[in-house]
Amino acid sequence: MTKPAASAPSLSVAASLSKPQSATLEELEEEEQEDKFDINISITNPEKIGDGMNAYMAYKVSTQTTLPMFRSKAFTVRRRFSDFLGLYEKLSEKHGPNGYIVPPPPEKSILGMTKVKVGKEDPSSAEFVERRRAALERYLQRVVCHPSLLQDPDVREFLERDELPRAVNTQALSGAGFLKMINKATDAVSKMTIKMNESDVWFEEKLQEVESADQQFRKIHGLVDSLVGHRKELSLNTAGFAKSVAMLGSSEDNTALSRALSQLAEVEDKMEQLHQEQASNDSFCFAELLADYIRLLGAVRGSFDQRMKAWQRWQDAQSMLQKKRETEAKLLWANKPDKLQLAKDEITEWEAKVTQYERDFDRVSATVRKEVLRFEVLIYFFFKTLVAFTLLIKYWEAFLPEAKAIA
Amino acid sequence: MMGYLSVSLQPRAVNVDLQTDATLQVDISDALSERDKVKFTVHTKSTLPNFKQSEFSVVRQHEEFIWLHDSFVENEDYAGYIIPPAPPRPDFDASREKLQKLGEGEGSMTKEEFTKMKQELEAEYLAIFKKTVAMHEVFLCRVAAHPVLRKDLNFHVFLEYNQDLSVRGKNKKEKLEDFFKNVVKSADGVLVAGVKDVDDFFEHEKTFLLEYHNRVKDASAKSDRMIRSHKSTHTTALLRILLHHYAYYCTTTAPLRILLFFLKVSELFEKTRKIEARVAADEDLKLADLLKYYLRESQAAKDLLYRRGRALVDYENANKALDKARAKNRDVLQAETSQQLCCHKFEKISESAKQELIDFKTRRVAAFRKNLVELAELELKHAKGNLQLLQSCLSVLKGDT
Repeated sequence: MTKPAASAPSLSVAASLSKPQSATLEELEEEEQEDKFDINISITNPEKIGDGMNAYMAYKVSTQTTLPMFRSKAFTVRRRFSDFLGLYEKLSEKHGPNGYIVPPPPEKSILGMTKVKVGKEDPSSAEFVERRRAALERYLQRVVCHPSLLQDPDVREFLERDELPRAVNTQALSGAGFLKMINKATDAVSKMTIKMNESDVWFEEKLQEVESADQQFRKIHGLVDSLVGHRKELSLNTAGFAKSVAMLGSSEDNTALSRALSQLAEVEDKMEQLHQEQASNDSFCFAELLADYIRLLGAVRGSFDQRMKAWQRWQDAQSMLQKKRETEAKLLWANKPDKLQLAKDEITEWEAKVTQYERDFDRVSATVRKEVLRFEVLIYFFFKTLVAFTLLIKYWEAFLPEAKAIA
Repeated sequence: MMGYLSVSLQPRAVNVDLQTDATLQVDISDALSERDKVKFTVHTKSTLPNFKQSEFSVVRQHEEFIWLHDSFVENEDYAGYIIPPAPPRPDFDASREKLQKLGEGEGSMTKEEFTKMKQELEAEYLAIFKKTVAMHEVFLCRVAAHPVLRKDLNFHVFLEYNQDLSVRGKNKKEKLEDFFKNVVKSADGVLVAGVKDVDDFFEHEKTFLLEYHNRVKDASAKSDRMIRSHKSTHTTALLRILLHHYAYYCTTTAPLRILLFFLKVSELFEKTRKIEARVAADEDLKLADLLKYYLRESQAAKDLLYRRGRALVDYENANKALDKARAKNRDVLQAETSQQLCCHKFEKISESAKQELIDFKTRRVAAFRKNLVELAELELKHAKGNLQLLQSCLSVLKGDT
């Protein structure tokens, strides 16, 4: 891939220059259609294994595919939640540093899981299991839809192999987990000290967009939550009103009016119940998708971080090379031939490193760029889905008065 | 901010089915909202000889309406009629507060958002304004339509005298007096209500009105709560943020067609939001206002029954006093006159009360029917419009694949 272009043109210019940029996006979309990932994942039959605090949920992971690299066209394995986390850890270690956006798995929930373990057979724990099942399915589907990740043998093993070795890195209090925490902390610190000399405006602008998108999505998520709350309140109040109107109708001594009032009450009540059910289901899926995308945006920022790390490595190598050259110059002047050879060797070594790291940086940049463009297509379709969901909710709202009027 | 607001008003749908009579027509042709008061222009057209001209207008404020209402209530001659309920005080406090808050927060939002919110709040203010004008007008029309009340002298003064009636609002002392009067009245009301009526019609009306009034009160409160809830389920606010974000996002990188798509969708959503607002306003007017009005009217009817009950008790007491006087053979003439007065009063009230209550029923049924039918028609219209818009949204979504 070539080096990224200089700067993003403004909208008016974009209209005339739209061909090179939109070509990239369209190319990508076509690629997606062509590759036509004929691989379909479904996760079903959550089953509780064991008892007490050592219990866990096992899920059936079924794959249907026409891709030749798999052992057959359809196969099933059983996996538990920590297996999914383990897969993520492996993929993130291997591909993250190269700039790939590795889809993040659903979050751990100690509270939710404890309820299930302890064996509370209440609707909230059933709801929790269902939410997790759906989230895991979406996660895995995203992984296999990524052309590079699909090629990873760990993914194949996850889908095909009957028994997986227990993933250890995911235990919160294990040694590996602790190490991870340390790494995360140092990353945070290094972020503050790196001041990247950003020669490529495209990346800077994209990062800003991603950050603003994150903000907006969180705001929307908050709004959806409050919407669900308000809907419940409205439903309660309408039920109260319907009852009240029914009472009024029964005390009204004009029979025609009495009947009309009780009909009004009935219709209000029924339609509101229906509306409430539907809208709450839709809002629920909506909120889940939003949460997914907030996590995905985190992964996108992660890939930008990786690019920055690659840049830092390259810069560090360059300054190291500079130091080695200075050392050589000093040795030449001091006339110490035996040490000179060592210095020359080191210079060669670091020159190679600098070239290597520069190439790495270019490669990572290109990957990040491609990934971001791919992600934008995803976001576009996601927005369509969001809009469609909201339309669905509004459809029910619009339907309600019509039904009321007809009755 | 809201210095003044003048509205030109066309004939409004009223909650009462009244026959317009050429001999006396009253309406509120104009209204002005100032800092803390509203000035109504009361316009009268009449062929009655009592008035100097056949058509004239005066400016009145809310306190003057209350003065007129109270003068009816205090007039013994009108004890046998349902006094049309007084219009509620114009209350713009909540709306004004919101507008003020908006002004304070102007710096923290974009110009576009600010103008949109300002428009919404101004529309709300206007709606409240129109409602209060309608309430005041209905009161006047009811009086004008009543065969006896329309002849009241105070009413004519109210309509014609083009100077300030110098009716000031009640001061603290008077308000306290009113409060005690009401306490006494309600205690008395309980006493009076306990007396069984000989007349079946009135006995039935008493039980009916009591129950009806309570249920209307409940329904009115619940409908207010429901309408408030309706206003807060803002799916469209959600969408606005969504699209606002995406529009910004699109202007910098995405292909033009994505931007245009979202602009189209956001336009459509703006339209549905306007429809939604109108639906909520209509519901408000037709259902909630209807219930509120009949809450007040049923209270006025209860007051009539109370007055009759009071007169009955007085009559029975006068009878007892007469018997006692006759037995003691002292002050018989006095007792007789007093008894006759009570009897006369009671019969007069009973006669007109019966007709009033029958009229009340007819009016009520007609008003409910009219409003419910209109509400249904409006809801249908809006829902169809809304659905059309949503369908075009969906086709935009589908077409852009």
